[in-house]
Amino acid sequence: MAKGEIVLGCLAPHPPHVVYAENPEQNEAFSEGGWETLRWGYNRLARKLKTIDYDAMVIFTPHWQTYIGTHFLGLPEFKSKSVDPVFPNIFRFNYDISVDVELAEKMCEVAGESGIITKMMRNPDFRIDYGTITSCHMLNPEWDKPLVTISSNRNAHYYSPEVMNEQAGALGKACAKAIEDSGKKVVLISSHSLSHRHFVTESPLPEDMSREHIYNHSQYVWDMKLVDMMRGGKMREVIDIMPEYTEQTIAETEAGGLTWMMSAMGYPDYPAEIYGYQSVIGTGNLIAAWDPMEATREIVL
Amino acid sequence: MTEPDILFGVYCPPHPQPLLSPEASDGYGKIREAYETCRKRIEDSDADLILVYSTTWPSIIGHQIQAHPEPEWVHVDDDFHFLGSMPYKFRMDVDFAQAFRDAAESRGLQSRTVSYDGFPIDTGSVVALKLLNPENRIPACIVSSNMYANRAETIVLGKSARDAIQQQGKKAVVVVVSSLSNRMFTEHIDPTEDRIHSAKDDEWNRKILEFFEDGRLEDLSQLSREIHGQIRVQKVVAYKPAWWMSATMGQHNNYTGEVLAYEALHGSGGAVVMLTPSSETVGDKEFDEDDVEHYHGDRGVLDKGAL
Ligand SMILES: [Fe+2]
Repeated sequence: MAKGEIVLGCLAPHPPHVVYAENPEQNEAFSEGGWETLRWGYNRLARKLKTIDYDAMVIFTPHWQTYIGTHFLGLPEFKSKSVDPVFPNIFRFNYDISVDVELAEKMCEVAGESGIITKMMRNPDFRIDYGTITSCHMLNPEWDKPLVTISSNRNAHYYSPEVMNEQAGALGKACAKAIEDSGKKVVLISSHSLSHRHFVTESPLPEDMSREHIYNHSQYVWDMKLVDMMRGGKMREVIDIMPEYTEQTIAETEAGGLTWMMSAMGYPDYPAEIYGYQSVIGTGNLIAAWDPMEATREIVL
Repeated sequence: MTEPDILFGVYCPPHPQPLLSPEASDGYGKIREAYETCRKRIEDSDADLILVYSTTWPSIIGHQIQAHPEPEWVHVDDDFHFLGSMPYKFRMDVDFAQAFRDAAESRGLQSRTVSYDGFPIDTGSVVALKLLNPENRIPACIVSSNMYANRAETIVLGKSARDAIQQQGKKAVVVVVSSLSNRMFTEHIDPTEDRIHSAKDDEWNRKILEFFEDGRLEDLSQLSREIHGQIRVQKVVAYKPAWWMSATMGQHNNYTGEVLAYEALHGSGGAVVMLTPSSETVGDKEFDEDDVEHYHGDRGVLDKGAL
């Protein structure tokens, strides 16, 4: 069997606003649009994904929060409705997803062998979190690839962002080995915003773009610092400053997604493809991708 | 104007074990029994509203208040999914939810009701309502805990709840769903070997329970910041339940306190406590933090004192 590989890594923020703005038939809420910079960036990355041959998407989500280890979806199909607990007015999404259970079990096994506390999630009533749904829908609106969702263990809460960085890095390494062993071609998705301070009020029309801006300039400056480093292929350095960045901007990187993905991809030293940056309810959201194949790597923006 | 009619308060833990696996350990069973005691006391009272503040329902856009008349779903916990599913169907007091929202808004708070089929009611609220009000005999209301809210906002939220109870002439039972110490073990454990995560957490929990037993709720409210620093995992900015509970129940220390159970729930401190307003005095206290009636938002300081 040929060795499996990671064919692309995507930083894919999941404010449900972008799904809401697209008006897919699965979502009950109706919008007049909004957040085009992000949506058009997503549309372009989705087109690139269409040109790539892959078997499964593996997504690390901050909205399946576990404190007792790292959990993996472990049933072949989940069909239900996901209602965002924070923005139920805009996100009530009817989903029907398939899971690559074999790959999930392999990741769970290899992670367990490397000393990480793990658990397979086998309860058929379990509801898929809106982070998974938003990122996956925007990257693959046809939903024609199986997923593996990995929960985010809240090490940053229980210990510190430094411990989070260590643990997420170890999980990334284990997942990379599992992918290699599986013989599959896999797209990794790190689902989260960058800076993550929200406004605590919402305009009467959530998609009113005259009201949308970053929460404060400091968040913006930090986010841009990260984007610059990503463009420069300095992912080792990005992960090194992750604890500081996370604390300064209360970033959603606290869940460990970016560290997990970069570790799995061996801390790329090549430039990231940048697809768009925009604020959503004050938070900073970047769409980026890491393409290990030099021949297909692009300067997008 | 008469005082709002709050019959008693219940402080109880959000973990699903007392609902899903009470037989798994003596401790879980004792928490379950304590829930049963509360349930009977609620049934024997003439309460016409159960008002729940849940620390496992975080919100961002101000505070959200559940206003679906009959929310129904099968809930599964993120961590404890292997213990089983929690089917629920509750009866909500929609009029009260709207009055609570209006009262919150009139005190300067951002607030909204939510009424959507399939809205994910949180583990803590599901556990508490299923155990305290299994037949839905009494309509309920659930309010979220805003992840950015701090003391002033939380106290004003409690006062808004009080306004709404008074204005609607309800006889309310106030339920706060929260652990004491909230550090769980980070590995899977044998439930029969469950214990409080550390001696320090246990000592603080017992100190808090002494205050509860003495009915000193406002004192606990005043100690909230200290409790947060000592025994709360820093998931949110502050330990808020005692602020909300005390503000809702009248900001004093005159209660009869009953600690019905105190047990470990996967390492965290789970206690079931009842507080009934009483007329016995416990002496005057002085507090150095301002009481606050109206929420004015965050105070900007960057534009002041600039050169
Ligand atoms: Fe998020």
